[in-house]
Amino acid sequence: MLAGGYPLVYLDSANTSQKPQVVIDTMVDHLERHNANVARAMHQLGAEASEAFESARDKVAAFIKAPSRDEVIFTKNASEALNLVANTLAWATGDLAIGAGDEVVITEMEHHSNIVPWQLLTERKGATLRWFGLTDDGHLDLSNIDELVNERTKVVSLTWVSNMLGTVNPVAEIARRAHEVGAIVVVDASQAAPQLPVDVVAAGADLLAFTGHKVVGPTGIGVLWGRREVLDQLPPFLGGGEMIETVRMERSTYAGIPHKFEAGTPPIVEAVGLGAAVDYLSAVGMEAIHAHEQAVTGYALEGLATVPGLTVLGPLDPTQRGGAISFELDGVHPHDIAQVLDSRGIAVRAGHHCAKPAHARFGVQSSTRMSSYLYTTPAEIDALVEGLEYTRSYFKVG
Amino acid sequence: MTNQDLDALYQEIILDHYKHPHHKGLREPFEAEVHHVNPTCGDEVTLRVHLDGDVVSDVSYDSVGCSISQASASVMTDLVIGRKVDEALAIHEEFLTLMQGRGSVEPDEDVLEDGIAFAGVAKFPARVKCALLSWMAWKDATAQVMEESH
Ligand SMILES: Cc1ncc(COP(=O)(O)O)c(C=O)c1O
Repeated sequence: MLAGGYPLVYLDSANTSQKPQVVIDTMVDHLERHNANVARAMHQLGAEASEAFESARDKVAAFIKAPSRDEVIFTKNASEALNLVANTLAWATGDLAIGAGDEVVITEMEHHSNIVPWQLLTERKGATLRWFGLTDDGHLDLSNIDELVNERTKVVSLTWVSNMLGTVNPVAEIARRAHEVGAIVVVDASQAAPQLPVDVVAAGADLLAFTGHKVVGPTGIGVLWGRREVLDQLPPFLGGGEMIETVRMERSTYAGIPHKFEAGTPPIVEAVGLGAAVDYLSAVGMEAIHAHEQAVTGYALEGLATVPGLTVLGPLDPTQRGGAISFELDGVHPHDIAQVLDSRGIAVRAGHHCAKPAHARFGVQSSTRMSSYLYTTPAEIDALVEGLEYTRSYFKVG
Repeated sequence: MTNQDLDALYQEIILDHYKHPHHKGLREPFEAEVHHVNPTCGDEVTLRVHLDGDVVSDVSYDSVGCSISQASASVMTDLVIGRKVDEALAIHEEFLTLMQGRGSVEPDEDVLEDGIAFAGVAKFPARVKCALLSWMAWKDATAQVMEESH
């Protein structure tokens, strides 16, 4: 219950998900009974903590079907994972090196976390940043793919599922073209990992990032998966404890993956919580979660279509989209919509959802976004639709 | 939050200014133009200031944003246009104090006029930035003009 006596209707799961009890309990249990630093403590508790931390890596590897557990690197969040890639590519030598005349391709529907690191990289290296545009119905415009992804392309980085438009992108198809020209493929799976069964190899990714807090895990933990050959070629990101093989005053040699990219004490209990989270999702079944998401999204699209003056941004076919639905309501600003909905216990997001270019593409400055997850019920969608009707009457539109 | 809180936030005066904003549109002449953005929500204002000696002769603006930010720009122009710069800055201070008071400051209608309608906004920390966007833009632009004339 929230202030005002309304039950919570949480429709902001694309922002962050709510946590199942097992995740909370696992984290509390770890802190109460197994807390020590990992890898460097020579005592029983240290062994327990290391075991819990490394078994979380196994769970994540299984969750994304990684060929090897060592290819799973823990980061702080998806943003850090993407920045890790863009930064180490800036320092890379050999095949992966990026320089003047080279091109990096992204898309117009990226989250800022998958735009800004590439802007920084291309600016620093004198390379060129290019992007796939969007069609009016919110899909990637692939009509110029063969020109856009060409022999100068070194990296293609794209989101699997859009956090604003909900669009599910044909990642494997784009990866095929990228690999034809020798580019590496970076996939932002922040919105895909919560909703779709993920198989990193089938997706065609060379590197793939997601964030723990959107897959019912805690904040403070993210994942970067990479193909071993690519990770081995990339130089270290941060220097410090754990990432070394040996250190002398003149120079050091580095640990192998994954530790090469995990300097310092990692987010231990967060990783343990993430392990419990992905196990929870796997036990429910990602196929079942995906089916639920499509059903709720379809129901929501039908309900939203009954609200006069409401326009959905992005694909209208629930089988082609994820669970985030952004929309506009004639005559009422998203901020005001969110405020009125909040007064009825309904939590949505208002603003640009860290996707300003995608909003600009559709000529809107901001939108309201509802996003569902495995715990969302049709009754909650009904509450949203009623809340939107109430919003229209409150602002005397229509 | 209750319905009373909602009604305290969305006073009639605010909704009136939102639907029929005063002094909106960009005009000549002006000595400074600024562009301010609320990075969390994307609300934007482009604002021009025209000073005539030490008098705020005109403030014109173009903006996109929520009812609170739009109404606040409208009320702000009503309050500062035609005043001496130091008087207008004092009103700015008074409005800032009201907004930052978390609902504990009693607004002075003699000074703030329609601005008192924003007292309810102060209880919504997420919306205070909306109410302050154009005021901050005005202060910034005015400071730029003053600097140049020195
Ligand atoms: C598509 C996408 N990429 C990246 C992110 C960034 O995630 P985080 O803020 O946890 O790094 C998000 C979430 O906000 C997202 O939706």
